[in-house]
Amino acid sequence: MDAEPVSILAEIATRPGRDTLMGTLVRWAFITVSLVFLAALLFAPLATVIAMALAKGFGVYFGSFLDVDTRAAIRLTLTVALVVVPINIVFGLAAAWAIAKFEFRGKSFLITLIDLPLAVSPVISGMIYVLLFGLQGWFGRWLQDHDINIIFALPGIFLATLFVTFPYVARELIPLMQQLGNDEEEAAITLGAGGWLTFFRVTLPKVRWGLLYGIILCNARAMGEFGAVSVVSGHIRGLTNTMPLHIEILYNEYNFVGAFAVASLLMLLAIATLVVKTLVERTGYRRR
Amino acid sequence: MTSWRQPSVLPGFGLTFGFTVFFLSGIVLLPLASLILMATSMHWREFLAVILDPRAIGSYRLSFGASLLAATINLIFGFIIAWTLVRYEFPGRKIIDALIDMPFALPTAVSGIALTTVFAQNGWIGRYLEPLGIKVAYTWIGVTVALTLIGMPFVVRSVQPALAEVQRDLEDAAETLGAGRFYVFRRIILPTVLPALLTGFTLAFARAVGEYGSVIFISGNLPMKTEITPLLIVIHLEEFDYKGAAALGFVMLVISFVMLLTINLLQAWGRKRLVATGH
Repeated sequence: MDAEPVSILAEIATRPGRDTLMGTLVRWAFITVSLVFLAALLFAPLATVIAMALAKGFGVYFGSFLDVDTRAAIRLTLTVALVVVPINIVFGLAAAWAIAKFEFRGKSFLITLIDLPLAVSPVISGMIYVLLFGLQGWFGRWLQDHDINIIFALPGIFLATLFVTFPYVARELIPLMQQLGNDEEEAAITLGAGGWLTFFRVTLPKVRWGLLYGIILCNARAMGEFGAVSVVSGHIRGLTNTMPLHIEILYNEYNFVGAFAVASLLMLLAIATLVVKTLVERTGYRRR
Repeated sequence: MTSWRQPSVLPGFGLTFGFTVFFLSGIVLLPLASLILMATSMHWREFLAVILDPRAIGSYRLSFGASLLAATINLIFGFIIAWTLVRYEFPGRKIIDALIDMPFALPTAVSGIALTTVFAQNGWIGRYLEPLGIKVAYTWIGVTVALTLIGMPFVVRSVQPALAEVQRDLEDAAETLGAGRFYVFRRIILPTVLPALLTGFTLAFARAVGEYGSVIFISGNLPMKTEITPLLIVIHLEEFDYKGAAALGFVMLVISFVMLLTINLLQAWGRKRLVATGH
């Protein structure tokens, strides 16, 4: 369809004749139902986090971050993100290069396998490592004999987080690189550039927004994961407790200000994630 | 050159493909295989005893029942929200549109304790439902509420682009030919967005069945009553009953695999319909 009839139709659609009483009623009914639904389910919980965190004033709120275990939880969550996100960036770029730049058999099967962790329950994501490395697991005895701790220790937390965040960077980059094509890379190679130079100077700048998009989603999941990490962590205060797990402990101890104070930090992270996401989308980057 | 891939002037296939397959196998495939191996190494009687235990059946009933109900609620309200965001202009529309993704970005433990507080007896919403005899927190209703929240973006984000595809001129033409509002909806809008609606429904359902973090706070976790299947798996693990946990995990894996297949089929169907109608 060409542009002319569309603009005429758009113009007709805005004529006052369309604003019948019924049309206006339906419109307001839809907007009201949407807002009430979102208010009850989404906005009220978000506001509660702030209200509960500040229930005893700013002093108690900020004081709760002085707690040693809370600080350890924040540090651990940052460590997890610092370890897991870079690994996912390297994997995502490698997977996207192999899948988007070359034609080979079994490609769509490989993409399905990369997406697999998204379809698996977080509890199962953690459990598979317990079955491998836990005390009664396949390698449990051997690990114990050699005094290596994976489950109820940091390596288990890294592995479980790696599993749940596995697809995020790759699934942004693969369709983006497929769509952008190989012409520029082929030109660079033909003109004598090496593989790495081509990657860093041609490909990486082209996909930077998609990469950033994948990184922030990956980071949000890495810092916020609860189920998978809960299964492998062992909940040792100050040692294997991430922020989401620490929220659970504080909440179950009826330390609501403490629990919601940590929750407010994670909520800030979520808001920051959405802001960056919206900004990236504004550059013209669209998810495929 | 190997025959299973087409030749290319670009370098790095061996390195990147090898790394991808190696890493995928180590982090995802082998660990998942270990679960399947452990579940299938059980004697079938032992396996059936675990997965058909009354407590397990009670947990399936809650997990699947509440997930189905939540996905259905999302089917209706997700459509209404998507419609409102695509068709109407109102103050704050852009912010609300951005906030739809909040349940994706918000850690589940945060939404879990926040929902529990809001819907508890003395919570902002719970206190108005309590006199009506409706208990939300620590009942199956609370489980459904939590699963509705985490499934909501799936339906809205699936339906939004499909709704934008609906040809307004067809609606206008139908209206000038005397079709009523509902008739236009049923014959023009619904057929176009149906594949997207069903995809969103299935995605929301699949996510809800496996959900853990946002549910365990609001559910109360009473065996047979408000205990979801993922929690039962955790309980088996905490008792070092790895086989029991693996058996239940295997059941859930099979179900997510069927879901994944359904989603792929629905999406293929949606694409075919778009081609068929000449978009």
